[in-house]
Amino acid sequence: MTTPSPTLNAPLSKAPLAPTRFADAAPLVEVANLKVVARGEDGREFPIVKDVSFSVKRGEVVALIGESGSGKTTIALSVMGYARSGCRIAGGRVRLGDCEVTALSESGLADLRGRRVAYIAQSAAAAFNPSRTIMAQVIESALIHKTATKAEAEVKARALFTALALPDPDGVGDRYPHQVSGGQLQRLLAAMALITDPELVIFDEPTTALDVTTQIEVLKAFKAVVRDRDTTGLYVSHDLAVVAQVADRIVVLRDGAIREVGATGQIIEAPRDDYTRSLIAAAEPQPRAAAPLRETPAPLLEVTNLSAGYGGLNADGMPHFPILDAVGFRIQRGSTLGVIGESGCGKSTLARVVAGLMPAARGAVTLDGRPLPPTIAGRSREDLRRIQIVFQMADTALNPAHSVSKALSRPLTFYHGLTGAVLDRRVFELLDLVKLPRGLADRKPGELSGGQKQRINLARALAAEPDLILCDEVTSALDTVVAAAVLDLLVELRRDLGVSYMFISHDLKTVRAICDDIMVLYAGRKVQAGSREAMAEPPSHPYADLLTASVPEMRMGWLEGAGAHASNFIDPADKTKGGKLFSRSGCAFYPRCPLGIAGTCDRERPPLRVTPQGSEIACHRSDADLMSLTAR
Amino acid sequence: MNAGMSRLLLTRLATAAGTLLFVAAAVFVTTTMLPGDVAQEILGQSATPEAVAALRHGLGLDRPPVERFLSWLGGLLVGDPGLSLVNGVPVATLIGGRLSNSLLLAAVTAAVSVPLALLLGVSSAMLRGSIYDRVVGTATIFVVSVPEFLVASLAVLVFAVKLRWLPALAQAPQGHGLLDLMRSFAMPIVTLTFVIVAQMARMTRAAVIDTLAAPYVEMARLKGAGPIRIVLTHALPNAIGPIANAVALSLSFLLGGVIIVETIFNYPGIAKLMVDGVATRDLPVVQACALIFCAGYLLLVMLADIAAILSNPRLRHR
Repeated sequence: MTTPSPTLNAPLSKAPLAPTRFADAAPLVEVANLKVVARGEDGREFPIVKDVSFSVKRGEVVALIGESGSGKTTIALSVMGYARSGCRIAGGRVRLGDCEVTALSESGLADLRGRRVAYIAQSAAAAFNPSRTIMAQVIESALIHKTATKAEAEVKARALFTALALPDPDGVGDRYPHQVSGGQLQRLLAAMALITDPELVIFDEPTTALDVTTQIEVLKAFKAVVRDRDTTGLYVSHDLAVVAQVADRIVVLRDGAIREVGATGQIIEAPRDDYTRSLIAAAEPQPRAAAPLRETPAPLLEVTNLSAGYGGLNADGMPHFPILDAVGFRIQRGSTLGVIGESGCGKSTLARVVAGLMPAARGAVTLDGRPLPPTIAGRSREDLRRIQIVFQMADTALNPAHSVSKALSRPLTFYHGLTGAVLDRRVFELLDLVKLPRGLADRKPGELSGGQKQRINLARALAAEPDLILCDEVTSALDTVVAAAVLDLLVELRRDLGVSYMFISHDLKTVRAICDDIMVLYAGRKVQAGSREAMAEPPSHPYADLLTASVPEMRMGWLEGAGAHASNFIDPADKTKGGKLFSRSGCAFYPRCPLGIAGTCDRERPPLRVTPQGSEIACHRSDADLMSLTAR
Repeated sequence: MNAGMSRLLLTRLATAAGTLLFVAAAVFVTTTMLPGDVAQEILGQSATPEAVAALRHGLGLDRPPVERFLSWLGGLLVGDPGLSLVNGVPVATLIGGRLSNSLLLAAVTAAVSVPLALLLGVSSAMLRGSIYDRVVGTATIFVVSVPEFLVASLAVLVFAVKLRWLPALAQAPQGHGLLDLMRSFAMPIVTLTFVIVAQMARMTRAAVIDTLAAPYVEMARLKGAGPIRIVLTHALPNAIGPIANAVALSLSFLLGGVIIVETIFNYPGIAKLMVDGVATRDLPVVQACALIFCAGYLLLVMLADIAAILSNPRLRHR
């Protein structure tokens, strides 16, 4: 289907389809009829990239976009003449400038890699060798290809560290990878790629593993160096909103084939392919119709003044390494609470404490007005049944040796004593409930897709007929289209079964789409909480404001606008991760806060107050002060 | 080196010392529980009970076990494991020469087998799945499966009896050159290498293959690094921990486990001394030997742990 919908015609006719900036430039990269095959477990080869052709002009950034299994990384790697273990470039050709990459010998390829084409991997933490210093690894390509002496390369590396806005550009090279934060490592990986002034840089999902507030910093740094050096880029991502900020053209891939190629503006504003449209729709989740709240006198779950952490207890009863600090909230029967915050903020720990997997140091968890014992060992079978948990990694949560029916039968027998034909019938009902075919009952997890596995996990939680399901990043490991379907299922189950959710996520868009109430955690503390409507209105806590401003929007130029706003916040570099930065007295967000009051915010713990809009905010500043920040 | 690191190493040393003390107690208890009586053994079947009792008293065997243990332990701490019950020679003298013989054989074997094993392990990891890899894998399994007495006997038959290239007996050389050392040690070394090289080579291969699959190795490849550079600077430094442990476990065999080799080549080492001590119920000799084997084992394992700790930058630079 190639006809754009009528409403999208207007912008299409005005905007030129191809960018004029590169009209005359000769292509640097030409990929023609590329075919890559992988070898399956049975030894037979099957195609993973099917007849893909595209080109990248000098100075242009082209994005390869698609979901997992679309072949985007495989295509990018084949531009370096590289195929991962078990894969093979089976046909077509790749040309880089005057060089036929697909015809090169292994030593010819080694000559090309790191010098003419450089690669920035998705997980910098994994791409850095843990046992060598950062500097040794950043300048390694220059030494391998003899483009500079060690001293020259180190000088150049420091200049790149400065250009990438890394703190302490002179000292960071002497450190080891584990001593540096994820966002910094990702920028250091960019320095490593640029050290030899390559003609082409491949960015492979370079910000996917980062928190949104860190992602925005890294994106800005990448964009600046790419612009300043006129670097040609191939940007691999699943995130259209991110790609819209950096790419000139977009190649949309699915199942190893190209669905659509076009200028960034055209792809996001007037996509011609159905699949592109579904990608865009899934990336902008619409609020799901919420079930009307049943007014009940007492909340289903009430958590008061909850503190938890690791290590022994201090004299005042707090753990040495606190993860949660005096968190309190309520979940009404049949409603959904979204818990949001960046990695390390304690959101998963909160789920573990509520589930009884980890005892609290202080505070109480009350279910239906009855206090719950702190650990699983102390809870009755009925207590356990009423609270179920669904984890992020569907793969690891299911025993690979057990069939689906066995995984679902276990809680049915354990909690409800079902056996025989009744048990089998209930397993089928559960599969119906999560919209999976009954034929799946005999399959092992290894034969299921990621989305199917997550539905099985959900079915297993539902088997207990719980009152509350703790969903810990349940859609984070899924592709956007699959994740959207799982979200729809969650909403539907809540409507039909009246179950409540505590929905933990790092993704503000998702939380806004399905939650009635939202709680923002920062460094183990509640900084803001309220109903979805109240949370959408200013005033906001400065951190909630930063979080909102950092979520990429699917429009070109967002990064520049949001960037200006995020610049109000002090570089998030390293100051907020880990227990030791957890400021017990004073506000945890003080080091990053543009409104921080020295002498107050760093000394006194901010009080929790209720705004006129009805949300709770933990901040020393007045509503008017907070409004001025949002307006900036 | 920082405070956390020193504490880690000190803890490791203290654990080793504690383990050794426990082992000393265990060795003492089990050897005193061995059936048979040394006085009876010395005097023979026809001795009168009075004579046996007198000898027991003379040897101090009638003292309470705790008292004997403490005095033995005190002696060990000052380097005196007591007198042989059989011939009255200080155990230290009996062990002294033999221990250095055993250590010499172990050292030369280690010097040959460790580099060989590392070379085989690393090269077959680099050429994983190739013919070479499969040949090395099968060959190492084959040589470790063949009983060592068979290897040793065959070696003697071929090289000493038929070809007359090498001496059938291995003697610790005195004042001879390196060539003589190699000549007299060649067969025992080959036999022992056969036993220990397989384990080390296979563990090295597995550890290197593990690190070669790491994303940072793919990154190095995409920087244009050649295979030698990838293995030496990226894979091996991250595989030191498991490799050191495999080497330590294999080498610990070279002290106590070489009894067959010492017997076949009539080599005066410490393992044979211990077996003779058991036969004659010479408890101080048996206890001292057992303790030496345990101490050697603990030392090797501890060195491997320290190597693993030092090679991990997460522990080195916290």
